[in-house]
Amino acid sequence: MYDAPHTERDVDQQDIKISARKVQVYYGTTHAIKDVDCDIEDKTVTAFIGPSGCGKSTFLRCLNRMNDTIDVCRVEGDISIDGEDIYDKRVDPVQLRAKVGMVFQKPNPFPKSIYDNIAYGPRIHGLAKSKADLDEIVEKSLRRGAIWDEVKDRLDAPGTGLSGGQQQRLCIARAIATEPEVLLMDEPCSALDPIATSQVEELIDELRQDYSVVIVTHSMQQAARVSQKTAFFHLGNLVEFGDTGKIFTNPVDSRTESYITGRIG
Amino acid sequence: MPVIWLIVIVLALAAAGFILGRTRAMQSAGGDSRHLHSLPTYYGSNVALKAVVPAMLLMVVWLVAQPFYVNGVVSGMIPDSAIADGSSRGLVLAEVRRAADGLDNAVAQGAISEEFARNARADFTDVTTRLKEAGQIVTTQITQPVLRAAQEYRVINATGNMIMSGVVILVALLGVFWGLRETNKDFRARNVVEKSVMALLIAAASIAVLTTVGIVLSLIFNTIEFFRLYPASEFFGSLTWAPSFGGGSELGVLPLLWGTFYISLVALIVAVPIGLFAAVYLSEYASKPVRSFAKPMLEVLAGIPTIVYGLFALLTIGPMLLSVFGPDGTGWMGGQRAVITAGLAMGIMLIPFVSSLSDDIINAVPQAMRDGSYGLGATKSETIKQVILPAALPGIVGAVLLATSRAIGETMIVVLGAGAAARLSLNPFEAMTTVTAKIVSQLTGDSDFASPEALVAFALGMTLFIMTLGLNVFALYIVRKYREQYD
Repeated sequence: MYDAPHTERDVDQQDIKISARKVQVYYGTTHAIKDVDCDIEDKTVTAFIGPSGCGKSTFLRCLNRMNDTIDVCRVEGDISIDGEDIYDKRVDPVQLRAKVGMVFQKPNPFPKSIYDNIAYGPRIHGLAKSKADLDEIVEKSLRRGAIWDEVKDRLDAPGTGLSGGQQQRLCIARAIATEPEVLLMDEPCSALDPIATSQVEELIDELRQDYSVVIVTHSMQQAARVSQKTAFFHLGNLVEFGDTGKIFTNPVDSRTESYITGRIG
Repeated sequence: MPVIWLIVIVLALAAAGFILGRTRAMQSAGGDSRHLHSLPTYYGSNVALKAVVPAMLLMVVWLVAQPFYVNGVVSGMIPDSAIADGSSRGLVLAEVRRAADGLDNAVAQGAISEEFARNARADFTDVTTRLKEAGQIVTTQITQPVLRAAQEYRVINATGNMIMSGVVILVALLGVFWGLRETNKDFRARNVVEKSVMALLIAAASIAVLTTVGIVLSLIFNTIEFFRLYPASEFFGSLTWAPSFGGGSELGVLPLLWGTFYISLVALIVAVPIGLFAAVYLSEYASKPVRSFAKPMLEVLAGIPTIVYGLFALLTIGPMLLSVFGPDGTGWMGGQRAVITAGLAMGIMLIPFVSSLSDDIINAVPQAMRDGSYGLGATKSETIKQVILPAALPGIVGAVLLATSRAIGETMIVVLGAGAAARLSLNPFEAMTTVTAKIVSQLTGDSDFASPEALVAFALGMTLFIMTLGLNVFALYIVRKYREQYD
């Protein structure tokens, strides 16, 4: 249970970007997330780990209200970003998602050119004033996505024609192009080979300078490599949340220890 | 022995073979099915297949070949003198067959005895009257040669059927023995049975393909015959369609093609937007209960016979248009039969085709595409316009092309809604006609089948076949290309 005293983390307390209190999620009658409290800091990589079906992806999808697109899903509790309740009636989920970008488990480039894939977000949000402006956003996003050098000569080629790792970096670049404040990544490397994985991990580390990144992962090594904070979910509960180093070396809860050492999960 | 009984006997043999084969296999394995190569039923099926398949094939071939043989023999019995002027050997043979059937039926009814029917010296006037009394339809008076031929016909047929029954049952028995001889525990019965099932599937597939080839061939010979009588340059080049059965008709295909094209165009202008919007609503916006109600309702439209749409065009759409655009309204429309009447009715008919196919295609766009777009802060409408429809576009084009070939091939709506005048005109309020409607009108009625006016129907059919075939191939190519993108 998340009872660890706050004082332990106050040492390097930064701005809280997302704050969740008593979050409950139901899929029909299934209680998928039970009473989760969690504070996610700005300019930090937070990793969600836990066995399959523990609710980590569901919780991630609460943070940009992607669960709204699922009919049977119901969310209770408070989640606020920069102190603003995102489940307030006045909040437009569409606006929220522009602010909280998301990268999915499987690379999902649109069947459009590489350029149009990146330009999609800026176009629908009217971020570019001119064609030159848009070109600049596309180039900047592709550079930040660490894929510019590979695609700069074929921006008109379809995004679906890239390799898996390139597609995932394209999707990250696409998410960055709308200039979000938070980037949610749902197992972004599970469909990638080790080389592409390390490229994406390097990218995540760079993105930390500007964004608050939340990553769901099945690989504990990956969580240890890229994150500063780690949250362990088990059966819909947030079992333990704290500094990555501490979670992996000296977990408080016995369930966390069992999972990390491979005994449950 | 009637064929139906023969089939029952062969099937009974097969059933017996099935049980024997299974038992024998079990015996060879010492009663333990684990020692068998295949499951016991496969051994049984193997024997049953060997009983049924060769016997039935033989029967089919025999039934097809026997009439040819009998005709050949009987035809030799009829002297040339027995064939009246203005008649032909074929007609006399038909009379022989009718007489033989009459005798058969009369014997079956008990009106005449079998001996009487076979009596070669029977008086033919007596036979005729007795056949008529038995209620059999016999032409005028059966002549002596015809009666003799009919009697011979019956005899040969009866012997033929008897021999066939014997041979078929023998072959089925041999099949059973063959299957049983093979059966032992190491025999790979499963592989044999599965190969036979595959052969069955191949046969089913080839029947479909061969039918298409048959249709094309039946059209080709008549089309060639037509072009021998009428110049192809006139057919494809002339702007007038004016068939007259007295001769000297002009048979230009262009006005008909134009009518086909124009009515199809009107239909598509109606069907494509409505169908597409309905598909978008059903697949993206509609809630589950609405969808589960509305989609079947739309598809019910596809099951309505086109003649009903034709009546709808004739009784509802036509008068409605006429009251607005007719002499009492704007005055553009002369009669209720017009391109626009038929086009609207056809458009309504095509809506479910477009919507149902497009709906499937839109649903096939992966959820990941939608998530990706929503995750970037796009609204539902932006997602549909900019991601889903472009992704589904090739499939939608395929759906539209399939609808187009339906529109081109449509006949009844045109006959009832568009009139019969072949015209080259741009005015949609005028009556026009299509290729299909003209095929019907050229082939119905008492026309000489060898005249270009009748044969032109085959040339028209061929033109239509090639046009729709091309469209369908193109549509399938596009649909297939689309499928590769996500699989």
